[in-house]
Amino acid sequence: MTIGFALDVAIAVLVAAVACWTILARASFAAVVGFVSFGLLLTLAWVRLYAIDVALTEAAIGSGLTGALLLGAAARLRTNESAAQAERPGMALSVAAALLSVTTTAALAAALLLLPSPAPTLAPAAAANAGATGLGNPVTNVLIAFRAMDTMLEKVVLLLALVGVWSLSSDRFWGGPPSPLRAANTDGPLSFLTRLLTPIGIVVGIYILWEGADNPGGAFQGGTILAAMWLLMIMSGLANAPAVRSRSLRLVLIAGPTVFLLVGLGGLWLGDAFLAYPVAYAKAVILVIEFVMTLTIAATLGLLLAGPPAQEASR
Amino acid sequence: MMSIVLNIFTVLAVTGGAFFFLAGTVGLLRFPDVLTRLHSLTKADNLGLGLILLGLLPQTAGPFAALKMIVAWLLVQLSGATVAQLIAREARRGMSQT
Repeated sequence: MTIGFALDVAIAVLVAAVACWTILARASFAAVVGFVSFGLLLTLAWVRLYAIDVALTEAAIGSGLTGALLLGAAARLRTNESAAQAERPGMALSVAAALLSVTTTAALAAALLLLPSPAPTLAPAAAANAGATGLGNPVTNVLIAFRAMDTMLEKVVLLLALVGVWSLSSDRFWGGPPSPLRAANTDGPLSFLTRLLTPIGIVVGIYILWEGADNPGGAFQGGTILAAMWLLMIMSGLANAPAVRSRSLRLVLIAGPTVFLLVGLGGLWLGDAFLAYPVAYAKAVILVIEFVMTLTIAATLGLLLAGPPAQEASR
Repeated sequence: MMSIVLNIFTVLAVTGGAFFFLAGTVGLLRFPDVLTRLHSLTKADNLGLGLILLGLLPQTAGPFAALKMIVAWLLVQLSGATVAQLIAREARRGMSQT
């Protein structure tokens, strides 16, 4: 038994234990803390599986962004948390929920155990065609070129999620800026951290986007870091949240999917198929898409976390 | 000869760092209130991570990899110190209210 194997077993046991703890925690705040820890442990597991791209995404989106979203939700629910905890579901509901959980778990386990060995994979095909795009990172190849359709639609889904969040605003505030949690005292440590960290964070975000061409990284991870820096500035009072009716903001929000769609249609017109890139310029086209997408992702994720418009729009 | 000395240094420093993490975790679990728990946690962050990085520096591939690790340590220092300050402020406000 090597040290690596012992580490893998320890991570697996910890992931399962923290998952159980998160489900069993009664207070929603504690459950969110458990969820974030679960995500960080899962990140370690992905690193051990040599899936650095997935690990970066899990840390940034799965643990960081989703954790922050859930924290916000837990804060909103705090006022009626005790009432919700006092409620006891009826016998029938409990049995139905248990049956559903057991069936889902059994189905997942069966699917996993019945996988043919070796499992069906397109990895050799992706590796064999890696030269077609001029990018060195096979994950970016799959995301931007081989399965570009999925990635484009993913951006549209993000936009729809933001529309869903915005639709929660009341009529009075519609068009105004969201009001994310702002620190009570903005000239303290938070402001210091923001002034020091934001320039570093912006460089790191762009670096991760740029490195994504040949190494682990990419638009989503870089965009998440940029979004975090933006939110940090808003929360520490160094920047104002934008009004959601702002034309330039909305242009940034739709820029990513739009550029993607235009390139796709261009492929239909110039090349062989929808989203077929001209081979000679593949890398340049992909870089343009990635840069625009990073901006859109940063703006969308930041606004998702900032919440629905909650201040009067200034006239 | 040199590499043996460096390896011994690495083992010693990383063990020391691991000890601080262990001590910090014990403190986090055993200390009575928020401020003392924060104290033990930040010690683990500063000294524990600092010693582990110091121990790993001789094992890096080159100066750039070493620089990356030092930058990572500085960033953790910065965020850890700030978060500790923010939590301590909230805790003190909560204490003065009750």
